[in-house]
Amino acid sequence: MIDWSGYLGLILKGALVTVELTLMGCALALVMAFIAGLGRLSRHFALRALATAYIEFFRGTSIFVQLFWAYFVLPLFGFTLTPLQAGVLALGLNVGAYGAEVVRGAVLSIGKAQYEACVALNLTRYQRMRHIILPQAFLIMLPTFCNNAIELLKATAVVSLISLSDMTFEAQVVRAQTGSTLVPFGTILILYFLMALAISRFVRTLEKRLARGLDGVRV
Amino acid sequence: MNAPAPEPIIEIDSISKSFGDFQVLDGLSMNVMPGEKLALIGPSGSGKTTILRILMTLESIDSGHIRIDGEELYHMPKNGGAKDGGLVPASEAHLHRMRQKIGMVFQLFNLFPHKSVIDNITLAPMLTKGASRAEAETRAMELLDMVGMADKARAMPAQLSGGQKQRIAIARALALSPKIMLFDEVTSALDPELVEEVLNVMRKLAQETDTTMLLVTHEMGFAHDFADRVLFFDAGKIVEEGAPEDIFSNPREERTQGFLKKIIAAGHRV
Ligand SMILES: Nc1ncnc2c1ncn2[C@@H]1O[C@H](COP(=O)(O)OP(=O)(O)OP(=O)(O)O)[C@@H](O)[C@H]1O
Ligand SMILES: [Mg+2]
Repeated sequence: MIDWSGYLGLILKGALVTVELTLMGCALALVMAFIAGLGRLSRHFALRALATAYIEFFRGTSIFVQLFWAYFVLPLFGFTLTPLQAGVLALGLNVGAYGAEVVRGAVLSIGKAQYEACVALNLTRYQRMRHIILPQAFLIMLPTFCNNAIELLKATAVVSLISLSDMTFEAQVVRAQTGSTLVPFGTILILYFLMALAISRFVRTLEKRLARGLDGVRV
Repeated sequence: MNAPAPEPIIEIDSISKSFGDFQVLDGLSMNVMPGEKLALIGPSGSGKTTILRILMTLESIDSGHIRIDGEELYHMPKNGGAKDGGLVPASEAHLHRMRQKIGMVFQLFNLFPHKSVIDNITLAPMLTKGASRAEAETRAMELLDMVGMADKARAMPAQLSGGQKQRIAIARALALSPKIMLFDEVTSALDPELVEEVLNVMRKLAQETDTTMLLVTHEMGFAHDFADRVLFFDAGKIVEEGAPEDIFSNPREERTQGFLKKIIAAGHRV
Protein backbone atom coordinates (compact mmCIF):
# COMPACT_ATOMS: atom_id res chain seq x y z
CA MET A 1 0.00 0.00 0.00
CA ILE A 2 1.35 3.42 -1.03
CA ASP A 3 1.20 6.32 1.45
CA TRP A 4 -0.22 8.95 -0.86
CA SER A 5 -0.12 11.93 1.49
CA GLY A 6 3.58 12.60 0.91
CA TYR A 7 3.16 12.31 -2.85
CA LEU A 8 0.12 14.56 -2.86
CA GLY A 9 2.14 17.09 -0.90
CA LEU A 10 4.71 16.97 -3.69
CA ILE A 11 2.05 17.62 -6.31
CA LEU A 12 0.64 20.48 -4.28
CA LYS A 13 4.11 21.98 -4.07
CA GLY A 14 4.23 21.73 -7.86
CA ALA A 15 0.79 23.32 -8.02
CA LEU A 16 2.17 26.37 -6.23
CA VAL A 17 4.89 26.68 -8.86
CA THR A 18 2.25 26.42 -11.58
CA VAL A 19 0.17 29.14 -9.92
CA GLU A 20 3.24 31.31 -9.55
CA LEU A 21 4.20 30.84 -13.20
CA THR A 22 0.66 31.55 -14.32
CA LEU A 23 0.30 34.73 -12.31
CA MET A 24 3.68 36.14 -13.29
CA GLY A 25 3.30 34.99 -16.89
CA CYS A 26 -0.13 36.65 -17.10
CA ALA A 27 1.25 39.85 -15.62
CA LEU A 28 4.02 39.98 -18.22
CA ALA A 29 1.62 38.95 -20.99
CA LEU A 30 -0.77 41.74 -20.02
CA VAL A 31 1.97 44.35 -20.08
CA MET A 32 3.29 43.08 -23.42
CA ALA A 33 -0.22 42.90 -24.87
CA PHE A 34 -0.83 46.57 -24.12
CA ILE A 35 2.61 47.73 -25.24
CA ALA A 36 2.52 45.81 -28.50
CA GLY A 37 -1.21 46.25 -29.11
CA LEU A 38 -1.00 50.02 -28.72
CA GLY A 39 2.33 50.00 -30.55
CA ARG A 40 0.59 48.55 -33.59
CA LEU A 41 -1.82 51.47 -33.52
CA SER A 42 0.91 54.07 -33.15
CA ARG A 43 1.35 56.93 -35.58
CA HIS A 44 5.07 56.18 -35.69
CA PHE A 45 6.18 53.70 -38.29
CA ALA A 46 9.10 52.40 -36.20
CA LEU A 47 6.83 51.56 -33.27
CA ARG A 48 4.33 49.85 -35.52
CA ALA A 49 7.06 47.82 -37.20
CA LEU A 50 8.59 46.81 -33.88
CA ALA A 51 5.24 45.75 -32.46
CA THR A 52 4.34 43.83 -35.60
CA ALA A 53 7.69 42.03 -35.62
CA TYR A 54 7.25 41.02 -32.00
CA ILE A 55 3.71 39.76 -32.53
CA GLU A 56 4.48 37.83 -35.70
CA PHE A 57 7.63 36.30 -34.26
CA PHE A 58 6.09 35.08 -31.04
CA ARG A 59 2.93 33.81 -32.67
CA GLY A 60 4.87 32.17 -35.47
CA THR A 61 7.27 30.11 -33.37
CA SER A 62 6.29 27.58 -30.77
CA ILE A 63 6.33 28.26 -27.05
CA PHE A 64 8.50 25.17 -26.69
CA VAL A 65 11.26 26.61 -28.87
CA GLN A 66 10.94 29.99 -27.18
CA LEU A 67 11.39 28.40 -23.78
CA PHE A 68 14.51 26.56 -24.89
CA TRP A 69 15.91 29.77 -26.26
CA ALA A 70 15.20 31.62 -23.04
CA TYR A 71 16.79 28.92 -20.93
CA PHE A 72 19.57 27.40 -23.01
CA VAL A 73 20.50 29.94 -25.69
CA LEU A 74 20.30 33.28 -23.87
CA PRO A 75 23.09 32.21 -21.46
CA LEU A 76 25.38 31.95 -24.49
CA PHE A 77 24.81 35.69 -24.94
CA GLY A 78 25.47 36.34 -21.29
CA PHE A 79 21.89 36.32 -19.96
CA THR A 80 21.47 33.52 -17.51
CA LEU A 81 17.97 33.01 -16.21
CA THR A 82 16.61 30.75 -13.54
CA PRO A 83 14.14 28.18 -14.85
CA LEU A 84 11.30 30.21 -13.30
CA GLN A 85 12.48 33.42 -14.98
CA ALA A 86 12.89 31.66 -18.30
CA GLY A 87 9.44 30.15 -17.95
CA VAL A 88 7.77 33.46 -17.11
CA LEU A 89 9.62 35.20 -19.93
CA ALA A 90 8.68 32.66 -22.58
CA LEU A 91 5.07 32.33 -21.44
CA GLY A 92 4.56 36.06 -20.99
CA LEU A 93 6.07 37.00 -24.35
CA ASN A 94 4.25 34.25 -26.17
CA VAL A 95 0.80 34.89 -24.76
CA GLY A 96 1.42 38.64 -24.82
CA ALA A 97 1.74 38.43 -28.61
CA TYR A 98 -1.76 36.96 -28.83
CA GLY A 99 -3.03 39.47 -26.30
CA ALA A 100 -1.64 42.33 -28.37
CA GLU A 101 -4.02 41.50 -31.19
CA VAL A 102 -6.87 41.43 -28.68
CA VAL A 103 -5.92 44.90 -27.44
CA ARG A 104 -5.66 46.23 -30.96
CA GLY A 105 -8.98 44.76 -32.05
CA ALA A 106 -10.80 46.04 -28.97
CA VAL A 107 -9.42 49.56 -29.34
CA LEU A 108 -10.43 49.62 -33.00
CA SER A 109 -13.91 48.41 -32.14
CA ILE A 110 -14.69 51.58 -30.20
CA GLY A 111 -16.68 53.65 -32.63
CA LYS A 112 -15.62 56.84 -34.35
CA ALA A 113 -18.27 58.74 -32.40
CA GLN A 114 -16.32 58.38 -29.16
CA TYR A 115 -13.15 59.69 -30.80
CA GLU A 116 -15.02 62.65 -32.23
CA ALA A 117 -16.59 63.50 -28.89
CA CYS A 118 -13.06 63.56 -27.45
CA VAL A 119 -11.84 65.94 -30.15
CA ALA A 120 -14.84 68.20 -29.58
CA LEU A 121 -14.01 68.23 -25.86
CA ASN A 122 -10.41 69.00 -26.72
CA LEU A 123 -8.91 65.97 -24.98
CA THR A 124 -5.37 65.07 -26.00
CA ARG A 125 -4.63 61.74 -27.66
CA TYR A 126 -3.31 60.40 -24.39
CA GLN A 127 -6.34 61.56 -22.39
CA ARG A 128 -8.64 60.11 -24.99
CA MET A 129 -6.95 56.71 -24.82
CA ARG A 130 -6.62 56.70 -21.06
CA HIS A 131 -10.07 57.96 -20.05
CA ILE A 132 -12.39 57.08 -22.90
CA ILE A 133 -11.11 54.42 -25.27
CA LEU A 134 -9.22 51.98 -23.05
CA PRO A 135 -11.81 51.75 -20.26
CA GLN A 136 -14.42 50.77 -22.84
CA ALA A 137 -12.06 48.59 -24.86
CA PHE A 138 -10.85 46.77 -21.75
CA LEU A 139 -14.31 45.39 -21.18
CA ILE A 140 -14.29 43.99 -24.70
CA MET A 141 -10.83 42.47 -24.18
CA LEU A 142 -11.74 40.62 -20.99
CA PRO A 143 -13.43 37.49 -22.36
CA THR A 144 -10.56 36.84 -24.77
CA PHE A 145 -8.00 37.68 -22.09
CA CYS A 146 -9.70 35.00 -20.01
CA ASN A 147 -9.10 32.45 -22.77
CA ASN A 148 -5.51 33.62 -23.11
CA ALA A 149 -4.90 33.25 -19.39
CA ILE A 150 -6.26 29.71 -19.44
CA GLU A 151 -4.09 28.93 -22.44
CA LEU A 152 -1.15 30.27 -20.51
CA LEU A 153 -2.01 28.10 -17.51
CA LYS A 154 -2.07 25.01 -19.70
CA ALA A 155 1.15 26.03 -21.42
CA THR A 156 2.97 26.22 -18.08
CA ALA A 157 3.37 22.46 -18.29
CA VAL A 158 6.12 22.88 -20.87
CA VAL A 159 8.43 24.33 -18.23
CA SER A 160 8.85 20.84 -16.80
CA LEU A 161 11.09 20.35 -19.83
CA ILE A 162 13.63 22.75 -18.40
CA SER A 163 13.43 20.90 -15.09
CA LEU A 164 11.25 23.45 -13.30
CA SER A 165 9.27 21.43 -10.78
CA ASP A 166 5.76 22.56 -11.65
CA MET A 167 2.66 20.45 -11.18
CA THR A 168 3.19 18.35 -14.31
CA PHE A 169 6.83 17.78 -13.40
CA GLU A 170 5.89 16.58 -9.93
CA ALA A 171 3.19 14.34 -11.32
CA GLN A 172 5.81 12.65 -13.48
CA VAL A 173 8.07 12.23 -10.45
CA VAL A 174 5.24 10.63 -8.49
CA ARG A 175 4.40 8.40 -11.41
CA ALA A 176 8.01 7.25 -11.68
CA GLN A 177 8.27 6.56 -7.97
CA THR A 178 4.92 4.85 -7.44
CA GLY A 179 4.27 3.29 -10.81
CA SER A 180 0.74 4.74 -10.65
CA THR A 181 -0.38 6.98 -13.48
CA LEU A 182 -4.01 7.34 -12.52
CA VAL A 183 -3.54 8.97 -9.14
CA PRO A 184 -0.97 11.68 -9.97
CA PHE A 185 -2.39 12.53 -13.35
CA GLY A 186 -5.95 12.31 -12.09
CA THR A 187 -4.98 14.74 -9.35
CA ILE A 188 -3.38 17.29 -11.65
CA LEU A 189 -6.25 16.96 -14.09
CA ILE A 190 -8.56 18.14 -11.34
CA LEU A 191 -6.13 20.81 -10.16
CA TYR A 192 -5.64 22.28 -13.64
CA PHE A 193 -9.37 22.29 -14.10
CA LEU A 194 -9.94 24.08 -10.79
CA MET A 195 -7.29 26.67 -11.62
CA ALA A 196 -8.88 27.34 -15.01
CA LEU A 197 -12.23 27.63 -13.29
CA ALA A 198 -10.77 30.12 -10.83
CA ILE A 199 -9.44 32.23 -13.71
CA SER A 200 -12.74 32.35 -15.53
CA ARG A 201 -14.64 33.09 -12.31
CA PHE A 202 -12.25 35.92 -11.54
CA VAL A 203 -12.52 37.45 -15.00
CA ARG A 204 -16.30 37.03 -15.05
CA THR A 205 -16.59 38.89 -11.73
CA LEU A 206 -14.31 41.64 -12.96
CA GLU A 207 -16.33 41.93 -16.14
CA LYS A 208 -19.58 42.25 -14.22
CA ARG A 209 -18.17 44.93 -11.96
CA LEU A 210 -16.79 46.97 -14.83
CA ALA A 211 -19.92 46.61 -16.94
CA ARG A 212 -22.12 47.93 -14.14
CA GLY A 213 -24.45 50.60 -15.45
CA LEU A 214 -23.36 50.27 -19.06
CA ASP A 215 -26.54 48.53 -20.15
CA GLY A 216 -28.79 50.74 -18.09
CA VAL A 217 -30.12 47.90 -15.97
CA ARG A 218 -27.60 46.99 -13.31
CA VAL A 219 -26.31 49.88 -11.29
CA MET B 1 -25.42 100.34 -32.50
CA ASN B 2 -22.78 102.94 -33.12
CA ALA B 3 -19.84 101.13 -31.54
CA PRO B 4 -17.09 100.27 -34.06
CA ALA B 5 -18.19 97.34 -36.18
CA PRO B 6 -17.00 94.18 -34.45
CA GLU B 7 -14.75 91.71 -36.22
CA PRO B 8 -16.31 88.43 -37.30
CA ILE B 9 -15.64 85.59 -34.86
CA ILE B 10 -15.57 83.09 -37.73
CA GLU B 11 -14.19 83.94 -41.15
CA ILE B 12 -14.41 81.22 -43.73
CA ASP B 13 -12.33 82.21 -46.69
CA SER B 14 -12.89 80.22 -49.91
CA ILE B 15 -12.45 76.75 -48.46
CA SER B 16 -12.68 73.61 -50.57
CA LYS B 17 -13.16 70.06 -49.48
CA SER B 18 -13.40 66.82 -51.44
CA PHE B 19 -14.03 63.28 -50.37
CA GLY B 20 -12.20 61.30 -53.02
CA ASP B 21 -13.54 62.51 -56.35
CA PHE B 22 -16.57 64.12 -54.80
CA GLN B 23 -16.21 67.83 -54.15
CA VAL B 24 -18.44 68.81 -51.24
CA LEU B 25 -17.29 72.41 -50.79
CA ASP B 26 -15.88 74.48 -53.61
CA GLY B 27 -14.54 77.86 -52.53
CA LEU B 28 -17.07 78.53 -49.79
CA SER B 29 -16.78 81.85 -47.95
CA MET B 30 -18.86 83.12 -45.08
CA ASN B 31 -18.53 85.18 -41.91
CA VAL B 32 -20.18 84.82 -38.55
CA MET B 33 -20.36 87.70 -36.09
CA PRO B 34 -19.83 87.25 -32.35
CA GLY B 35 -23.01 86.19 -30.61
CA GLU B 36 -24.79 85.48 -33.86
CA LYS B 37 -27.21 82.57 -34.04
CA LEU B 38 -27.00 80.98 -37.44
CA ALA B 39 -29.20 78.27 -38.92
CA LEU B 40 -27.82 76.19 -41.78
CA ILE B 41 -30.53 74.55 -43.83
CA GLY B 42 -30.57 72.73 -47.11
CA PRO B 43 -31.11 69.36 -48.76
CA SER B 44 -29.34 66.22 -47.69
CA GLY B 45 -25.76 66.04 -48.90
CA SER B 46 -25.41 69.79 -49.37
CA GLY B 47 -22.39 69.90 -47.04
CA LYS B 48 -23.92 71.36 -43.85
CA THR B 49 -22.48 68.74 -41.56
CA THR B 50 -19.15 68.94 -43.34
CA ILE B 51 -18.89 72.66 -42.56
CA LEU B 52 -19.48 72.08 -38.85
CA ARG B 53 -17.06 69.18 -38.81
CA ILE B 54 -14.41 71.29 -40.49
CA LEU B 55 -14.88 74.00 -37.87
CA MET B 56 -14.54 71.37 -35.13
CA THR B 57 -11.36 70.08 -36.83
CA LEU B 58 -12.95 66.68 -37.37
CA GLU B 59 -12.30 67.04 -41.10
CA SER B 60 -9.44 68.85 -42.76
CA ILE B 61 -9.73 71.33 -45.63
CA ASP B 62 -8.05 70.98 -49.02
CA SER B 63 -7.57 74.71 -49.55
CA GLY B 64 -8.64 78.08 -48.22
CA HIS B 65 -8.44 79.62 -44.76
CA ILE B 66 -10.53 79.72 -41.64
CA ARG B 67 -9.98 82.33 -38.96
CA ILE B 68 -11.50 82.03 -35.52
CA ASP B 69 -11.29 85.21 -33.46
CA GLY B 70 -8.86 86.54 -36.06
CA GLU B 71 -6.56 83.56 -35.68
CA GLU B 72 -5.89 80.96 -38.37
CA LEU B 73 -7.45 77.60 -37.53
CA TYR B 74 -5.65 75.25 -39.89
CA HIS B 75 -2.50 77.29 -40.35
CA MET B 76 0.05 78.89 -38.14
CA PRO B 77 2.88 81.32 -38.70
CA LYS B 78 6.13 79.88 -39.98
CA ASN B 79 9.06 79.70 -37.53
CA GLY B 80 6.80 80.43 -34.59
CA GLY B 81 5.74 83.83 -35.89
CA ALA B 82 8.93 85.12 -37.52
CA LYS B 83 8.74 88.17 -39.79
CA ASP B 84 7.96 86.89 -43.29
CA GLY B 85 4.36 86.12 -42.40
CA GLY B 86 4.36 82.77 -44.17
CA LEU B 87 1.97 80.10 -42.95
CA VAL B 88 2.43 76.40 -42.38
CA PRO B 89 -0.15 73.71 -41.57
CA ALA B 90 -1.27 73.82 -37.96
CA SER B 91 0.40 71.51 -35.46
CA GLU B 92 -1.58 69.35 -33.07
CA ALA B 93 -0.71 71.82 -30.31
CA HIS B 94 -2.11 74.71 -32.36
CA LEU B 95 -5.31 72.80 -33.08
CA HIS B 96 -5.56 71.94 -29.41
CA ARG B 97 -5.39 75.60 -28.48
CA MET B 98 -7.90 76.62 -31.15
CA ARG B 99 -10.39 73.94 -30.13
CA GLN B 100 -10.79 75.63 -26.77
CA LYS B 101 -12.95 78.18 -28.52
CA ILE B 102 -15.30 75.68 -30.12
CA GLY B 103 -17.72 73.06 -28.87
CA MET B 104 -19.98 70.67 -30.75
CA VAL B 105 -23.13 68.71 -30.05
CA PHE B 106 -23.70 65.65 -32.22
CA GLN B 107 -26.78 64.13 -33.75
CA LEU B 108 -26.23 60.89 -31.83
CA PHE B 109 -25.13 62.55 -28.55
CA ASN B 110 -21.83 60.65 -28.33
CA LEU B 111 -21.95 60.47 -24.54
CA PHE B 112 -19.33 58.35 -22.82
CA PRO B 113 -21.32 55.24 -21.86
CA HIS B 114 -18.94 54.16 -19.10
CA LYS B 115 -19.20 57.45 -17.23
CA SER B 116 -22.05 58.79 -15.16
CA VAL B 117 -23.86 61.92 -16.29
CA ILE B 118 -21.87 64.17 -14.00
CA ASP B 119 -18.57 62.54 -14.95
CA ASN B 120 -19.40 63.04 -18.62
CA ILE B 121 -19.66 66.74 -17.89
CA THR B 122 -16.76 67.20 -15.47
CA LEU B 123 -14.20 65.12 -17.37
CA ALA B 124 -13.08 67.66 -19.95
CA PRO B 125 -12.96 70.72 -17.63
CA MET B 126 -10.84 68.72 -15.19
CA LEU B 127 -8.52 67.37 -17.86
CA THR B 128 -8.20 70.33 -20.18
CA LYS B 129 -8.73 73.32 -17.93
CA GLY B 130 -7.24 72.05 -14.72
CA ALA B 131 -10.49 72.55 -12.83
CA SER B 132 -10.68 70.81 -9.46
CA ARG B 133 -13.35 68.17 -9.05
CA ALA B 134 -15.29 70.45 -6.73
CA GLU B 135 -15.23 73.37 -9.17
CA ALA B 136 -16.13 71.14 -12.10
CA GLU B 137 -19.01 69.55 -10.21
CA THR B 138 -20.41 72.87 -9.05
CA ARG B 139 -20.41 74.10 -12.63
CA ALA B 140 -21.82 70.79 -13.87
CA MET B 141 -24.72 71.03 -11.40
CA GLU B 142 -25.52 74.55 -12.61
CA LEU B 143 -25.57 73.29 -16.17
CA LEU B 144 -27.64 70.24 -15.26
CA ASP B 145 -30.08 72.61 -13.59
CA MET B 146 -30.22 74.70 -16.73
CA VAL B 147 -31.02 71.69 -18.91
CA GLY B 148 -33.48 70.39 -16.34
CA MET B 149 -31.54 67.26 -15.47
CA ALA B 150 -30.20 67.95 -11.98
CA ASP B 151 -31.89 64.84 -10.61
CA LYS B 152 -30.00 62.60 -13.05
CA ALA B 153 -26.47 63.63 -12.11
CA ARG B 154 -25.56 60.13 -10.91
CA ALA B 155 -27.40 58.22 -13.64
CA MET B 156 -25.58 56.34 -16.38
CA PRO B 157 -26.24 57.39 -19.99
CA ALA B 158 -27.87 54.06 -20.82
CA GLN B 159 -30.64 54.86 -18.32
CA LEU B 160 -31.63 58.04 -20.11
CA SER B 161 -34.02 58.75 -22.97
CA GLY B 162 -32.68 60.25 -26.17
CA GLY B 163 -33.90 63.71 -25.26
CA GLN B 164 -32.24 63.47 -21.86
CA LYS B 165 -29.01 62.25 -23.44
CA GLN B 166 -28.98 65.16 -25.81
CA ARG B 167 -29.55 67.65 -23.00
CA ILE B 168 -26.58 66.10 -21.17
CA ALA B 169 -24.51 66.37 -24.33
CA ILE B 170 -25.37 70.07 -24.54
CA ALA B 171 -24.41 70.58 -20.89
CA ARG B 172 -21.16 68.68 -21.51
CA ALA B 173 -20.19 70.96 -24.37
CA LEU B 174 -21.16 74.08 -22.42
CA ALA B 175 -19.01 73.04 -19.46
CA LEU B 176 -15.94 74.14 -21.39
CA SER B 177 -17.50 77.58 -22.02
CA PRO B 178 -16.66 77.67 -25.73
CA LYS B 179 -17.22 80.94 -27.59
CA ILE B 180 -18.71 79.02 -30.49
CA MET B 181 -21.16 76.15 -30.29
CA LEU B 182 -21.95 73.88 -33.23
CA PHE B 183 -25.16 71.85 -33.28
CA ASP B 184 -25.58 69.20 -35.96
CA GLU B 185 -29.21 68.10 -36.25
CA VAL B 186 -29.37 67.60 -32.52
CA THR B 187 -33.02 66.54 -32.56
CA SER B 188 -33.21 64.41 -35.68
CA ALA B 189 -32.40 61.15 -33.89
CA LEU B 190 -35.09 61.73 -31.29
CA ASP B 191 -38.62 60.42 -31.03
CA PRO B 192 -41.00 63.26 -31.96
CA GLU B 193 -42.29 63.68 -28.41
CA LEU B 194 -38.74 64.25 -27.13
CA VAL B 195 -37.79 66.92 -29.63
CA GLU B 196 -39.43 69.79 -27.79
CA GLU B 197 -37.55 69.31 -24.51
CA VAL B 198 -34.25 69.67 -26.36
CA LEU B 199 -35.43 72.64 -28.41
CA ASN B 200 -36.55 74.35 -25.20
CA VAL B 201 -33.05 74.04 -23.80
CA MET B 202 -31.64 75.49 -27.00
CA ARG B 203 -34.07 78.41 -26.94
CA LYS B 204 -33.06 79.17 -23.38
CA LEU B 205 -29.44 78.96 -24.37
CA ALA B 206 -29.94 81.33 -27.28
CA GLN B 207 -31.63 83.86 -24.99
CA GLU B 208 -29.37 83.61 -21.97
CA THR B 209 -25.91 83.43 -23.50
CA ASP B 210 -23.98 85.43 -26.04
CA THR B 211 -22.31 82.31 -27.35
CA THR B 212 -22.06 82.23 -31.13
CA MET B 213 -24.13 79.32 -32.39
CA LEU B 214 -24.24 77.48 -35.68
CA LEU B 215 -27.14 75.14 -36.02
CA VAL B 216 -27.79 72.60 -38.74
CA THR B 217 -31.42 71.59 -38.66
CA HIS B 218 -34.39 70.27 -40.56
CA GLU B 219 -36.73 71.82 -37.98
CA MET B 220 -37.70 74.90 -39.95
CA GLY B 221 -40.01 76.23 -37.26
CA PHE B 222 -37.22 76.12 -34.77
CA ALA B 223 -34.71 77.65 -37.18
CA HIS B 224 -37.19 80.49 -37.68
CA ASP B 225 -37.44 81.24 -33.94
CA PHE B 226 -33.84 80.56 -33.04
CA ALA B 227 -31.76 82.12 -35.76
CA ASP B 228 -30.69 85.69 -36.44
CA ARG B 229 -29.72 84.61 -39.92
CA VAL B 230 -30.58 81.59 -42.04
CA LEU B 231 -28.27 80.19 -44.72
CA PHE B 232 -29.74 77.96 -47.38
CA PHE B 233 -27.17 75.56 -48.80
CA ASP B 234 -27.29 73.50 -51.92
CA ALA B 235 -24.42 71.47 -53.37
CA GLY B 236 -21.89 73.09 -51.04
CA LYS B 237 -22.86 76.66 -51.95
CA ILE B 238 -24.84 79.30 -50.12
CA VAL B 239 -27.80 79.78 -52.41
CA GLU B 240 -29.58 82.32 -50.27
CA GLU B 241 -29.20 83.90 -46.88
CA GLY B 242 -31.10 86.38 -44.80
CA ALA B 243 -33.30 86.98 -41.80
CA PRO B 244 -35.54 84.01 -41.01
CA GLU B 245 -38.69 86.01 -41.92
CA ASP B 246 -37.33 86.67 -45.40
CA ILE B 247 -36.02 83.19 -46.09
CA PHE B 248 -39.10 81.40 -44.85
CA SER B 249 -41.81 83.84 -46.01
CA ASN B 250 -40.27 85.34 -49.14
CA PRO B 251 -37.57 83.08 -50.50
CA ARG B 252 -36.15 84.72 -53.61
CA GLU B 253 -34.34 81.75 -55.11
CA GLU B 254 -36.20 79.01 -56.89
CA ARG B 255 -34.14 76.32 -55.19
CA THR B 256 -34.98 77.69 -51.76
CA GLN B 257 -38.65 77.78 -52.64
CA GLY B 258 -38.53 74.22 -53.90
CA PHE B 259 -36.72 73.00 -50.81
CA LEU B 260 -39.14 74.68 -48.41
CA LYS B 261 -42.12 73.33 -50.33
CA LYS B 262 -40.74 69.83 -50.10
CA ILE B 263 -40.01 70.18 -46.41
CA ILE B 264 -43.56 71.39 -45.71
CA ALA B 265 -44.98 68.58 -47.81
CA ALA B 266 -42.94 66.17 -45.68
CA GLY B 267 -44.82 67.43 -42.64
CA HIS B 268 -42.31 69.78 -41.05
CA ARG B 269 -43.67 72.93 -39.51
CA VAL B 270 -42.49 76.28 -40.71
N1 LIG C 1 -16.26 60.89 -44.74
C1 LIG C 1 -16.86 61.01 -45.94
N2 LIG C 1 -16.43 60.27 -46.98
C2 LIG C 1 -17.02 60.38 -48.19
N3 LIG C 1 -18.05 61.19 -48.46
C3 LIG C 1 -18.53 61.96 -47.46
C4 LIG C 1 -17.95 61.89 -46.15
N4 LIG C 1 -18.62 62.76 -45.37
C5 LIG C 1 -19.57 63.33 -46.15
N5 LIG C 1 -19.51 62.86 -47.41
C6 LIG C 1 -20.35 63.27 -48.53
O1 LIG C 1 -20.32 64.66 -48.61
C7 LIG C 1 -21.58 65.17 -48.93
C8 LIG C 1 -21.99 66.22 -47.94
O2 LIG C 1 -22.19 65.59 -46.71
P1 LIG C 1 -22.76 66.31 -45.43
O3 LIG C 1 -22.84 65.27 -44.38
O4 LIG C 1 -21.96 67.51 -45.14
O5 LIG C 1 -24.21 66.74 -45.90
P2 LIG C 1 -25.39 67.36 -45.07
O6 LIG C 1 -25.73 68.62 -45.72
O7 LIG C 1 -25.04 67.40 -43.63
O8 LIG C 1 -26.55 66.33 -45.32
P3 LIG C 1 -27.68 65.75 -44.31
O9 LIG C 1 -28.77 66.75 -44.30
O10 LIG C 1 -28.10 64.47 -44.96
O11 LIG C 1 -27.02 65.54 -42.99
C9 LIG C 1 -22.52 64.00 -49.00
O12 LIG C 1 -22.73 63.66 -50.34
C10 LIG C 1 -21.80 62.90 -48.29
O13 LIG C 1 -22.11 61.66 -48.84
MG1 LIG D 1 -25.71 66.37 -41.94
